[in-house]
Order: sequence, then C-alpha cells, then structure tokens
Amino acid sequence: MTYDLTFAKEVYENSEEGHWIKMCMQCGVCAGSCPMGFLGAWTHSPRQLFQMVRAGLRDEVLSSTDMWMCTSCYNCIVRCPRNLPITHIIHGLARYASVQGKADPKQSTHHFAKDIFWENIVATGRVGEAALTMKLYFKDGIGEGIKQGLEMKDSALGMLKAKRLKPLPFRGKIKGYPGFKAMLKKAFELENQKEGKA
Amino acid sequence: MEKKIGCYICTGCGIGDALDVKALGNIATKEQKIPVVKNHEFLCGTEGIAMIRKDLTDEGVNALVIAGCSHRVKNEEFRLGIAQMDRVDLRDKCLWVLDVPEGDDTAEEDRQMMAEDYIRIGCVKVKKMNDPNPYEASTPFSKVVLVVGGGIAGLTAALEVARTGYQAILVEKGETLGGQVAKMHKVSPARAPYNKLEENPLPMLLAEVKGNKNIRIMNNTVVQKTVGAPGLFDVTLNHNGTAAVERVGSIIVATGFQAYDPGKLDKKLGYGSSPDVITSMEFEEMAKAGKIVRKSDGKPAKRVAFSLCAGQRDTSHLEYCSGACCVYSLKQALYVIENHPDASAYLIYQEVRTPGQMEDFYRKVQNEGGIFIKGDVNKVTSGSSGLTLEVNDKLLRQGVTMEVDLLVLATGMETTMDTTDPNSASPVGKQVDELPGSILNLQYRQGPGLPSLKNNFPDSHFICFPYETRRTGIYVAGPARRPMGIAATCTDAAGAALKAIQVVESVARGAAVHPRAGDLSFPSFREEGCTQCKRCTEECPFGAINEDEKGNPLFNPTRCRRCGTCMGACPQKIISFANYSVDMIGSMLKEMEIPEADDEKPRILVFACENDAIPALDMVGRSHAGALSPYIRIIPLRCMGSMSLVWIADAMASGYDGVLLMGCRHGTDYQCHNVRGSALAEIRLSKVSETLDRLQLESSRVKMVEVNIMDAETLPQVINGFVAEISALDPNPYKGF
Amino acid sequence: MKEYSFFPGCSSEHNASAANLETSVQSMCRMLDIKLNEIDDWNCCSASIGYAGGGVIPRLALSARNFALSKQQQGDRDLVATCAACWLSMRETSERLAHEPEVKEKVNIALKEGGLSYEGGIKTRHLVEVLIEDIGWDTLKGKVTKPLTGLKVAGYVGCQTNRPFGVAGDSFENPQYLDRMIELTGATAIPYAKKVACCGGALMFSEQEKSCQLTREIIQCAVDGGADCIVTPCPVCQLNLEVYQGKINQLFGTSFKIPVLYYSQLMVLSWGGSWNDAALHQQVVQPDVLKRFV
Repeated sequence: MTYDLTFAKEVYENSEEGHWIKMCMQCGVCAGSCPMGFLGAWTHSPRQLFQMVRAGLRDEVLSSTDMWMCTSCYNCIVRCPRNLPITHIIHGLARYASVQGKADPKQSTHHFAKDIFWENIVATGRVGEAALTMKLYFKDGIGEGIKQGLEMKDSALGMLKAKRLKPLPFRGKIKGYPGFKAMLKKAFELENQKEGKA
Repeated sequence: MEKKIGCYICTGCGIGDALDVKALGNIATKEQKIPVVKNHEFLCGTEGIAMIRKDLTDEGVNALVIAGCSHRVKNEEFRLGIAQMDRVDLRDKCLWVLDVPEGDDTAEEDRQMMAEDYIRIGCVKVKKMNDPNPYEASTPFSKVVLVVGGGIAGLTAALEVARTGYQAILVEKGETLGGQVAKMHKVSPARAPYNKLEENPLPMLLAEVKGNKNIRIMNNTVVQKTVGAPGLFDVTLNHNGTAAVERVGSIIVATGFQAYDPGKLDKKLGYGSSPDVITSMEFEEMAKAGKIVRKSDGKPAKRVAFSLCAGQRDTSHLEYCSGACCVYSLKQALYVIENHPDASAYLIYQEVRTPGQMEDFYRKVQNEGGIFIKGDVNKVTSGSSGLTLEVNDKLLRQGVTMEVDLLVLATGMETTMDTTDPNSASPVGKQVDELPGSILNLQYRQGPGLPSLKNNFPDSHFICFPYETRRTGIYVAGPARRPMGIAATCTDAAGAALKAIQVVESVARGAAVHPRAGDLSFPSFREEGCTQCKRCTEECPFGAINEDEKGNPLFNPTRCRRCGTCMGACPQKIISFANYSVDMIGSMLKEMEIPEADDEKPRILVFACENDAIPALDMVGRSHAGALSPYIRIIPLRCMGSMSLVWIADAMASGYDGVLLMGCRHGTDYQCHNVRGSALAEIRLSKVSETLDRLQLESSRVKMVEVNIMDAETLPQVINGFVAEISALDPNPYKGF
Repeated sequence: MKEYSFFPGCSSEHNASAANLETSVQSMCRMLDIKLNEIDDWNCCSASIGYAGGGVIPRLALSARNFALSKQQQGDRDLVATCAACWLSMRETSERLAHEPEVKEKVNIALKEGGLSYEGGIKTRHLVEVLIEDIGWDTLKGKVTKPLTGLKVAGYVGCQTNRPFGVAGDSFENPQYLDRMIELTGATAIPYAKKVACCGGALMFSEQEKSCQLTREIIQCAVDGGADCIVTPCPVCQLNLEVYQGKINQLFGTSFKIPVLYYSQLMVLSWGGSWNDAALHQQVVQPDVLKRFV
C-alpha cells in the first residue's frame, strides 16, 4: 500500500473530534484500557484505527465494525497521556462511516443506536423502553423476535412485576413536540452541511 | 607541638542509658592514656561544643576523639578547625543496629564490648594521625582555564568562565569559531512554549565571547602536548606552526562530535545511490542556503522523508542513541512544512525520544501535520518522479511504499576524542578501560588520552560526578562527552566551567576535589624502600603518578584524589598520608580486644567503604532494616582501593575469625567513586589465599561483597549470613598468640 | 430547604426501568429537605449512543433544549441529574457550548426553530455531588437510625458517573465516594476489584453476549468477595447487573442471585425509611437480605 494523506485530511475536517487523530503518539494505552479488547471484540484498537486513518486506509477504517464495539466506558479518554478525547473520536468515526454509507446497516450496534434508539427518541421526544425493546427483538423478523422475547420473558415479567416496564400502550409525545421536531430538523440541516451532504 | 588528645563522649540519644559510659571513659583514660576525657549529655549542642572549645584554648587540646554519632551527621557542629580528629560512632553503628532485649545481660555485654572497641580504635586512629601540610608547588599555580574547541560548547564554557571573573583561553583548530552549529539554519525551541523554531543563537554568542576581555581567542591553534597537573598544566599550543607554552590551571575539552560516516550505512538506506538521499547535516546546510530542493534536478522538495536512528541503536553501527536526532529531525520536518503549505514530512522512527519540554515540540510537529511512521526504510529506488521508499510500518503491520523528493538520514554522533592510541599503557584489569588518544596529548605515565568506559566517550563516575574525566582538572563538555543536543550542550558547558573553576581554587589551597573535597593531605613515599614495581603508577585510577627514568613514582599531588589506591597497591607499604596509613589501620585492628576461643564470641572485621557501604550501614539503623551481629567490628576505609593485603594477614594473625570487605560495585556499571578502587581490591584479594594458606586457614574466612548505598534493607542478611558462615568454622587458632 | 432543577431522564419515568431509583431518590430528598423541581416537558438526552443517529449538532441540541427550558422555568438554579448517562450528556453539552462558539451558534439556530435559546449559565450536577458538596458527609451520616450493620456490599461505581468527568474530584481508577456512602449507612464496603469496570452499557442491547461476559465478571467478583448485594449509582449498570442475571446464568452456567441496589435505597433504609420508600419492592432479584433491617 501507499501512504495517502487525503483520507486523513477528510477525517480531520469532517469527523467529530477527528483532528485529534494527528496528535496520537501510538502508545497503546487505549488498547490496553478497552474492556472490549479483552473479549477480542475488535480487530483494531483505537490507536491502530488512528494510524490507519493517517495512512489513508479509507475503506478499511470506515467499513470496520471496530468503532461500533465502543461501550462508552471512557477508560481510554481518562488514561490517554496525550489527552485525546478517544471515546468521542471513535464515536465520530462510527458516525462518519454511517453517514458515508460505509457502515454495515445491519451491524447490530449501528442498527440499534441509529435506527432503533435514535428513531425512538425522535418519535416522541423521550425513550419509550417497551417500544424500544419490542423493536429490538423484532429487528430480525417476527420469528426471531418471538424467540428473543421468550428468552427474555422471565426478565420482562420480573420488570413488569416490579413496575419497571410500562406495558402497552406506548408513551405519547412530549408537549412541545412540534418545536422539538423543528429544532432537530434544523440541527440536521446544519449537521449535514458540515458532513458534506447538504 | 606535642599532640594532646581530648576524648569526648556524648551520652545523649540514648547512649548514656544503654552503655556504661564510665567504663568507656576508663578505656580512654587508663588504657589509651588520653589526657582529657569528658562526657556530655548533649555534645553537639551549644554547651557541649563550648566545653570542647574551652579545652582547645585552655587545656591545649589539639586532637579530638568525638564519640557519639556517625561522622556523616553533625558535620557543621564538629567542624572545630582540628585536622586530627575522629568521630567514634557509638549510636548509628552500635546502639541502633544491635538487638538488645531488656534484661539480656549477654547482649548488653556484647554491646558494651563493641562500644569499648570503637573507643579504642578511635583513640589509636587519632594517635596515628599527623597534621597535613598542604601541597605547595615550586612554581606558581595558575587559575586560567583552557577551553579546547570553539563550537557552541567551547564558546559557552569560555563565556561562563569569563563571566565568573576568571581568564579563559579558547583554542580552535579551524579558521573560524562556531563548529557544527554554524552550519545550522534554525534551532529547536529553548524557551516556553517550546513550539517555535528559534534563530541560530551562534551570532549573539560569538559577539559576546569576542567582546569579553577575559577570553583570549586563538584560532588555527592545536594543543601539541600537555604536561603537568591541575594548577600547573604547561600546555604547548601550536598556532599556525609556531609553538608556545601556556600555563593553565584546568582544561575543558569541548571538541564536539563528528557525524557518523554515511558511507558506512546499510546499503538499503540508499546513501550514495541517489543524490536525493542525504544526511541531516547536509539537509541543514540546504535549509540554511534557503533551497530545500531535490539535488538530482533542482526541483522543490515538498515530500521529504526522515529516517531516524540511521546507523544508530544498531550493533553493527553505533550501538547507542545519539539523543538529539529525534528533535533535530522534528525541527527539519518543520522546515519542510513551513516552506510549502502542501508539503508532506514523513518521520520514519523507532521511538520518538523527546525528553523534557521537547515533548511539546513533538506535539507541535504532529499538529502541523508531520506524518509519523514507526518502522524501517527497507529499500530506496529512484525514478523520474523521485525516490520510492519501501517501509515496514510496524503499527499497521504491513509494508508501505511512499514517493518522496528527499530522504534525510539522521546519522548519529561520535566523539571527537581520538580512538586509537599507539602509546596506550595498560592499567590493571584492562577489561573496561580503553585508552583513546587525546587532543590534549597528555604526558602522563598512563597514556596521552582520557580513559573511556564504552564507545570512546571519556568516563568517570557518571552518576555522582558528571563532566568528570579520570584525569583531575580536565573536564569534557558537550557531545565530546556523550551525544547531546544544543540545549544540553550549553548546560554541560556551564557545569564544566564551574568544575574547572572549583579545581583551580582547590589546588591553590592544596586541597583535594571530590570525593574527598577539601582534604589537605597527599601521598608521600619513602623512596629508599621502593622496588620500582610500578604498581602505584599503573593502578592510580586518576593517572596521578608519573615515573622517573629509574621507575620510581613521581607524585603529582594536585592530580591526586586521595583515594589511597597507591597505598593499598604498594607491596612495600611505603606510601602513606598524614591522616591515613597502612600502619594506622593495622594498629587499629590490632588494638581491639579478641575474646578467647572458649568465650564463643567470634570477631569479624568489616572493612567498609566510606562512600557507599558506610552510609548504607548508617541507614540500617535509621530504616529499622534489622539487627546486625554484635560480633562485627567495622573499620571505615576511604576506598577499597586503599585496602592493603597486610591488614588481612594482620587480622588473621590477631585472631579475627573472618574479614568482610564491603566495596562498591565494579565492572561496566561500576559505582566506585574512585572508578577502579573496588575492582583493584578484588584483584588483590584473589591473591589472599596465599596468605591464608601460609597461615593454614580456610580461604572462606575472607570475603568481599559489593554494597550499594541503597542496600540497607539487605545488609543485615549479608553481614549476619557471613557471621553465620564464619561461626560454623572452628575459631581462628591464632587467638591469644 | 434546598431546591434544584431536576432532569430525571427517561429511565426514571413512571413505570420505567429505573423507577426504583426515582422512588428512592425522591424519598431520600424528602428526608434531606431537598426539593427536586422536574423540568417541564424535558426531552431525552440521547445518552451515550446518540452519536450514531444524531451526529454533533442534533445530539447536543437535545440537552441544550433541556437547558433552555430549565433556564426559562427555574432561572439559574443548578440542574441535577440522577442518571449517569444523562449527567454525562449534559456535562459534555455544557462544556462544548462553553468552549466552542461555533457549536453554540449552530445549536442556538436549531433551538430557535423551537422558540428557544440558551446562552449558558446553568451548572449541571450529579445528585451524588449535591449530597457530598451541599449536604455533607456528616449530615448524611447523622441521619442513620437503623445502621445496616453486618451487611457486606460491593460498591460498583461503573463508568459514566466516574469517567470522563468524575464525581467531586475523586480518582478515576479507585474512587472512594461510593464506599464512603456505603460505610456511612453502617454497612461494610468490601474491597472490590471490579469497582470501575464496564458492564457493557448500551451494548447490552446490541452485543448481548459480550456485555454479559463483562457483567458476569463484575458479579462474580462481588460474589467471590462475599458481598450480600451490589450497590451502584448508575441506572444502566443496575439494569445490566440485575435484570440480566438470568441470561448470564443461562450463558455461563452460573447461579447468580445477588440483589443490585442503588446507593439511595441503602440510605433511605438506614435512615429509617420503609421498604417501599426505599423502592425495595421494585427489585427483580429480591433483596431479602435487607429484610432484617426494616
């Protein structure tokens, strides 16, 4: 491969906190601090992803599932000796991959965070946990949904019994929903300008 | 004037409660015949000191035995202007290291016996002392400092010397001053916020040096030879073929570095294969000329790769890190970036080493877009569009290629000290010593160079005494001493300047420089007893002793560091100091009481080095590291190098059951303050079995251990372990003879 | 009485997963004479996974809207959160609005569409900070009437109450405040190596098996240390540790049945509050071990 700096510039300019990537000194403290690293959840540690960005490995970075393994524990952030906001950089890369259409829409965290969770919020202004759970279970079709639901039925019953799960009907919208929606619409317009999709 | 000794026993710090002080006083009075013996409950207090002072004036006391705490504490209080003095340590090395349970009569008795022995040897020591007469030369001492080398190190050193009010002669072999720094475009930041390139500091420094009346600049001058000793160096300077002798007090060598020959580099780095592969210094000159271009076709060089550690940290080239290349390569990367907005500067590194504030500069270059690749350049090919580099990127774990206009090789620094020396003499145990030649061409019996430990860099006790060499009064500053950058060089030069001033002042008073700073004694020898064996002249760690044509030693007292290695080396025992001699230590060990074999109280003599072992022993009690055996008797030696084998024979003949020698670590990571003292003691000891065989004693009765100043924790184990080994043997049959 | 603006967050809504947190917090605040004034018509903060769907401006606009409402309704009153993720989102938004003028400008353009604006000035705080800084350890300890003597507790701080901001200047690697809270109720805080380990957070929904591996270690460590229960300040941690115990047992053949509580529940109980005041009836794994203290 050849070092190509265009992708690095693209990330520095467009991905949230991406400009910090150039300040990484590749020490690997992030890699050793990531809880998912011990489980072998990722192929490339944060520092490796950063080096790949700097080398110009656009496809490898953006189609990687590694960023989507972040649990947002912020261990890397507090330990980074160079004070890089690593968690946010990783989130930014994930988002950027999603916007660029490079992230697998079926990747479970990508799908959950963007299509289920975010849409759930936007629908009413607040999280509706029951709707969220239902949608999550049925994301892979009705059969899978019933199976998942049955697997978790004891937990769900326990939650119901403890009055910590609201049965149907799902919750309604917040009072100021029209304003809320208009705000988000505008926010996305501004965001898209930045992300180069306007 | 007749000697009148006063013995003063402090009863404070629990000494009076633990020991029978009256009995101690009786030892001094009756047994040792000390005319004035007094106790005080707080001897280091105002009253106690006043009591001693009164005796000095009213009673004519002129020699002192102060019994109380370790000689390493309360120095100021007991600095009474009395040269003949010993501090007997009843507290730190007796009370504090013995385990005496309440009501244990035997333990109490053992402790009292130890204290009494220490009083005895303190008295003997002072009896054997004489007042030193400071050395005076027949010709006047000079306080002029000679600085050799007109680069940034030499200029800074000369200026620091001059600013302090001393005269400096600055010798430069070339036509102009400035050295390597003169070739530089800009320099890395030396002031906050450490992120901007700074202008070359040389013009300002040159102006200051040239304008200083205390500095005499001699261009086109080399040192032809150096004769003499600190304060008395007669240096032959050859200026454009005309030689003249200058007397100087001390010398700073600041001849800088020479860049590693790029022609010797691994072929894969491509030097010589294309004009676009250049060294850092070549790139620096290019930048200074204002043209960062491809040498092959003169086109602007916007894509520049820097290969760090070129021929460094590599056993087939320079095995060490030159310490400055990361920073100057960062600086050069910034030249590239600041020159063209669309430039790319690749730094191909092993580790980016940017100590101290240079970390901020590293960040600056990252922030400006420097591209950092951890890996090695494996192949360089040149084509019409520039050089193609093949690099194994260790972070991406794959091979990468890149096209660049220039490849800059960060080659390392070698010292300018000569590396071959046809006249090299061979000091004992040559394994760690190699004697490079010298720009100074010293007329020393041990050779013309400054001894090195490794890689030809001049060496001395690196940890405690930077800037030192093994030649007193000669200091090396800057990359001639070890590789370093500009900022470190300037600090180094200032340090060396202070050392150079310190030594001319000390020798003018007849005093030693460290480790025995201020000692006014110096070795004297009884010429008629000399057998011309040359051990003293060969073994002196500082090359202080020359030889006359018959092979007799010629002492140069101002080169001497008073370690006593010559004294320990001399088989005829004819070398001594006014305050330290073979007879003194021999008499001390013989004065101690050796119990009968039936008493089952063995005696183990411990010779402990004052520099590391004694402070470590002092810390045993302070840190509650554990109790020591009450059967040991400690005699401090100023260096293991001063250890005379006759003491071992005397100890065995006197009935000691064992002898333990505690010296400093030796070898390539030695810690001996006198460089080779403990190594030489070890070599001498290898011959002790002859002595023991002659006495028909087991060779395991004598043992030498290495003790570091930090070893307090393990010392009880080491000492008590040896005592246990000795106790397992039969008692020394010579007891009572 | 001390009054604060209050952001309960989605999980603390009625009949939501952290209803036990909400109930016990309200009891605790009553006992401390603290009034939490809920922001009217607040919206979700999007927690730690809002980045995927919301990017920067939409995501930050969510908390900014809550700030604007709080300011409108309650002036400069400190804004308090009980949920770790809510607090973190608000702190992050607050800092970015304060330090990045361009972001603030864009967020305000968006807010304007909903008839709001926010120029800063509200301090966002975690309830734990309020307890430590405004109420004080002595008062908290002084309220204990039924000390939980003999109860062995694993204090599980987790991630987001602790990093990247941290509570009251405490250590990231070994924070002390939770153990101190446990000890003040008379219970014993056991040494707990997994104190700040990650439970998987929101990835429990998308990477369940991996998250369960993390959670299993956290529970195992508490059980091995002899804990009677685990106590946490974070609703995501509480949910993952308590509700998924069945799943973990199924996956790894363990037989965990350890109650997972909030610090607020322990306090209310030790201060003489009832079982229901402490919301102990709202547990999925029954905290029978606490019955002796009622």
